[in-house]
Amino acid sequence: MVERITPLLWLLFSAGGTVAALLFPVHLFLTGLAFPLGWIEAPGYEFLHRLLAHPVTRLYLFVLISLPLFHWAHRFRYTLYDGLQLKHLTTLIAVLCYGAALVGTAMTAHLLWTIR
Amino acid sequence: MASTVALTVARYRPEKESEPTWETYEIPFRKDWVVLDALNHIKDRLDGSLSFRWSCRMGVCGSCGMKVNGTPKLTCATFLSDYLPGPIRVEPLDYFPVVRDLVVDITDFVRKLKQVKPWIIREEEKPLSEGEYLQTPDQLDTYKQFSMCINCMLCYSACPIYGLEPGFIGPAAIALAQRYNMDSRDQGAAERLDILSEHDGIWQCTFVGECTKVCPKHVDPAGAIQQYKLSAATHWVKSLLLPWGTR
Amino acid sequence: MSADPHYTLYHPRWYRRSVSVWWWLQNRSYTRFVLRELTSVFVAFFAVVYLWQIRALSHGPEAYGQFLARLKTPLFLTVDAVAFLFVLYHTVTWFNLTPKAMVVRLRGKRVPDWVVVGSNYAAWLVVSGAVAFILLRG
Repeated sequence: MVERITPLLWLLFSAGGTVAALLFPVHLFLTGLAFPLGWIEAPGYEFLHRLLAHPVTRLYLFVLISLPLFHWAHRFRYTLYDGLQLKHLTTLIAVLCYGAALVGTAMTAHLLWTIR
Repeated sequence: MASTVALTVARYRPEKESEPTWETYEIPFRKDWVVLDALNHIKDRLDGSLSFRWSCRMGVCGSCGMKVNGTPKLTCATFLSDYLPGPIRVEPLDYFPVVRDLVVDITDFVRKLKQVKPWIIREEEKPLSEGEYLQTPDQLDTYKQFSMCINCMLCYSACPIYGLEPGFIGPAAIALAQRYNMDSRDQGAAERLDILSEHDGIWQCTFVGECTKVCPKHVDPAGAIQQYKLSAATHWVKSLLLPWGTR
Repeated sequence: MSADPHYTLYHPRWYRRSVSVWWWLQNRSYTRFVLRELTSVFVAFFAVVYLWQIRALSHGPEAYGQFLARLKTPLFLTVDAVAFLFVLYHTVTWFNLTPKAMVVRLRGKRVPDWVVVGSNYAAWLVVSGAVAFILLRG
């Protein structure tokens, strides 16, 4: 069944990879290194909350999180399959990877829809 | 300059042994010699029992593919002087069953090549009276690179996916399918898509890129496969959204 | 083996080599390939961190404060630094491979690879600048 939608999964992988390639370096640098280490002053809670109020921000965040999750799912699935030669577990791996991506996407959608 | 160089060659004689062994030969070093010259010297002067394939000795027939120091190469295009001081390790290509010494069985590749229908497919042949198919240089340019393939199978030997997944249709077959898909005279893209979009088709490829690195004719099969993935995925989306529009 | 030759007189025993599970360590190119594939793990890691940040934001200032404090711990800082390197590796390899998959033709001629790669990097700079500008205004 997974095989029938392989082209779609590959397109999600490509889109996610592009989003991650373009946007993750700057976000990770700021949120993971520059702000916690105090190199740059972190934006305050109020400011971020205001940003989140815009529907454009919510859409942006949804794309920023969900597509790279599908990128990981597709790539990691093949890495486990080829790298560790876990062929007998192929269906289980596919279900776990894409399932995790779906769960992450659903959680993101729910959060961004209900946040006040 | 060295006067001799050692060649460590993989031998496999199924009538005598159940596993390959190594044998080392000292051969005279000449700066214009290639590995194939060395192998022929061994066969002519040192050990007539050595078996290996070769033909044109100039890089167009694709017969003499072997692993030299672990890398798939055409032995007629691999100079001894690049591997000094030696010893130089010569083995048969990976991922194909070894028949004897340096000879591998290539039936799997030939079968897969036939599966992708590497010929011009027309819905209706143009009658001779209507003249030739005309093609502009730009149209030729879209597929010319992929037509350079000499079926030497170095790319199969470099592809770890082919090693792990023997059913994988492989780089050269997909590149040749793309050569015909992109040819303006061809109308068989849909037929090839059916075969290539199967489980063992293009989707097994994870773009390792080794195939392109070892290709002696610069065909870039990895590029052909990624381009084909994009067109197959686009076609899939179109057939989903506009089922009456495709084909 | 349906592709057997059709003689039955004598078929030699072929030798088939199996692929070791450590195949990816036997060759520098293969190892670099697996490292490239493993960047996806760090991509997923950061996607989850960002999801967690949104969740913290939605639960109020205290929750967000806890999130920020957690990010300052040495464990997270180390993992983030490693993740940053891997994500950079993903970006570089992704941009370098894009022209292979997307052949752009302008008026019949193929756009050279360096133009495609260059425009990717240019887009990266512009987009990163825009994100930084928006986040650092407050």
